[in-house]
Order: sequence, then C-alpha cells, then structure tokens
Amino acid sequence: MNIYQLDARRLLCPMPVIRTQNFIKKLEAGDQLEVTCTDPGALIDVPTWCRINGHKVIGTITEEDEIRITIEVDGS
Amino acid sequence: MTKRKAVALISGGLDSMLATRAILDQGIHVEGINFFTGFCVEGHTHAIRKHDKPKRNNALWTAEQLGIKLHIIDVIEEYKDIVINPRHGYGAHINPCLDCKGFMVKKAREWIEENDFDFIITGEVIGQRPMSQRKQTMPIIAAESGAHDRLLRPLCAQNLPVTLPEREGWVDREKLFDFSGRSRKPQMALAKQYEISDYAQPAGGCCFLTDAAYSTKLQDLWRQRGDKTYELDDIMLLKVGRHLRPQPHYKLIIGREDGENRFLEGYRRQFTALRASKHNGPLVLLDGSFNNEDLQQAARIVARYTQGRDEESVDIDVTHHINGVVETLSVKPMSSDDIQQQWHI
Repeated sequence: MNIYQLDARRLLCPMPVIRTQNFIKKLEAGDQLEVTCTDPGALIDVPTWCRINGHKVIGTITEEDEIRITIEVDGS
Repeated sequence: MTKRKAVALISGGLDSMLATRAILDQGIHVEGINFFTGFCVEGHTHAIRKHDKPKRNNALWTAEQLGIKLHIIDVIEEYKDIVINPRHGYGAHINPCLDCKGFMVKKAREWIEENDFDFIITGEVIGQRPMSQRKQTMPIIAAESGAHDRLLRPLCAQNLPVTLPEREGWVDREKLFDFSGRSRKPQMALAKQYEISDYAQPAGGCCFLTDAAYSTKLQDLWRQRGDKTYELDDIMLLKVGRHLRPQPHYKLIIGREDGENRFLEGYRRQFTALRASKHNGPLVLLDGSFNNEDLQQAARIVARYTQGRDEESVDIDVTHHINGVVETLSVKPMSSDDIQQQWHI
C-alpha cells in the first residue's frame, strides 16, 4: 500500500474531481490518495464521486481555507 | 447472453436522467459520461460566490441516484475549436449548440470504442431546443460524430429510425418513448412514474455560452485581443465580478462580494491588483495594458466602490504583478455620474 498526494488547490469543481479520477486510475487497490483542495464544493463532489465509483473516503480535514480528503482505492 | 453496455451523456438535468433510467430498466449496463468544457454552469461557479452551503454537482448527484458510475472528462482544450470555429454557427448568443452536441457524441463514440461499450444514449428530444434538438439535426449529430446507429435517444426513439441496439434486440423499441416538442409535461409524467421527485432544472441553462451577459464579455475579450482565443483563466474570470472597460486597452474586474474577492486573490500573480488600504472595498484586477494616467483613473473607479466613496480622498494600494511592488495612490473617488454606462461590459 502506497500513499500519494494530489494538490488540487485553487481548482474549482469539477476539476478536483477530474484530477482525482485521473490520478486514481494509475493506483493499485488499497493505495491511499490525499487530495488537498480549496474549493468547498470538493467536500461534496469528491466523496460523491468516490461513492459512485466504489472508493472509500477514510478521512476529511478542513483547516482554514484548505480541505484534505483521504481516499482508499477500491480493489473491485 | 452477453450483457450489453451503454454510455449515457449525463448533463445533470432531467432528460438524461430519464433516458438513462429507461435503458437501465431494460437490463443494459450503463455508465455515465460528463464533459467539462470550462463553460459549464454546473460545477465550479457556485464555489466562487458565497452561499450558505455549497451546491451539489448535479451530474454526480444524478449518477448516484441512478446507481451508475460517472466519468468526468476534461475537454477544455479540444473544445476551443468548437467555440471559436463552429461549423454550424452560433445560436442566439455565442452558443455553438449543434457543433457542441456533435462533439460530445463524437467524444462518447471514441470512449465506447476504447472501453468496449456497445452504444451511446442521450436525453435529446426532438423539438426540445431550437438549434440542436430538431428533427433535421438528429441525423447530422449521428453522422458527424461517427456514432451513426449506435446513438440511441430513448425519449424520442419512436420518432426516429431504428438504431442498432433496437435492431439487434438489445433494447425493446416498444418500451422507449415518442416525446417531441418543447413541452416538459411528458418528462414530468415519466419522472413521476419513475418516482423521481428531486432533479435539477428541467432543461437548458447548462452552459454560459447561452447567457447574453457572458457572451458579451467573451466577445469584448476577443475584440480587444484582436483574435478569437482564450485560456481557462480567461473564461473563468468572465464569470466573476463586475467588468468595466474605461479605455479600450484595459478593463477592471471588480469583486462583488467576499467569495469573489477571495477567488480574485488567486490571480494576484497574473494581474496588477488594486484595493483600498484604509476602507472596506473590493479587490480589483486590471486586465490589459495601462500607463500612470490609466492607473489614476482605475484607482478613482476602485475608490468609488469602497466605503470611502463620499470622502475627499481614498488610499488605493496598487500591487504590480510583475515585480510585486506596492504603491499607494491617494485619489478622489469618481462620482457615479462619471462612471459611464458604456464602460460596463
């Protein structure tokens, strides 16, 4: 299991979702991706995208204007 | 028997939701596809202005309601040619709707070929839209996209020639629909039948290029540049703030509230920025070229939009993006009468 980071700051939705989607395509099941965003819409959109595609959000942290969403990549 | 697979163009509106549901109900495996052109109303603009709570992305929400995967594809670069050189021209504003639909179906056709899917579905209805959804345009989209009879429009299929999935028996044509015209009643009734009560706007309004005010700003940008080009930052900034062009060679982009000011902050490295140092007021970006006289004029306009508008003098900090140098200009706020109506883009 590897942990990766994606900087999606200053991007407005749906770009953080698109970047997350494209990054996860390259990862293995069980890998984790930590996405950092500044668009508050990402708090809804990224977890929704994860749910419909079977990935798991394992943590969300909001600090000042930054949001960090940690995703575990689905294996199925 | 092989389970057939379709990709549905999901806009986030009701029609694509109904079309997808109709095909899911026939036992077809459906996944959604959504294209981000940069002009989509759906998505990012809600993040700019302050709201009580962030708005959902309706394409994602629709996919979740339908229980299907959604692939969001960035087509910003490729889409430029559609906006700049539409083969079929523009609609009422600078909306290249027919070229746009053909482009999206073409991208979907490429996607199904790459991903081994069988056909494409859309929520199009004959007569629903004046430019892109007419009886005459339906075959144009099918042909120019290269999708031909792999393109199925479930909501009006019975008014159109038989397509591959119908001919092969993958879907039952009798269970598809014969909607036509601008009325939304058939869609509303079908939504009720499917027990769908929550959905986004019934039709239209998904693209900034159909918006008169936005189109005017984009045309102004092209006119001042002398050519029809744009980058993503250009089209994002056209969605934000009040745009005033007091001189042909520069314009001001004035934040209208905290959310927009915060968004404009992100562009300080690319644009010279003005903001009152001792009064509450907006962040303003200058786009174009300007000399000291222009800067004085711009500062006076900015002062007009601050809480010091009735004072004799207001200090405006000008941060030059090239070298980061900040200079303070003390200016008399421009009177509202001196801010000419034609400056507003």
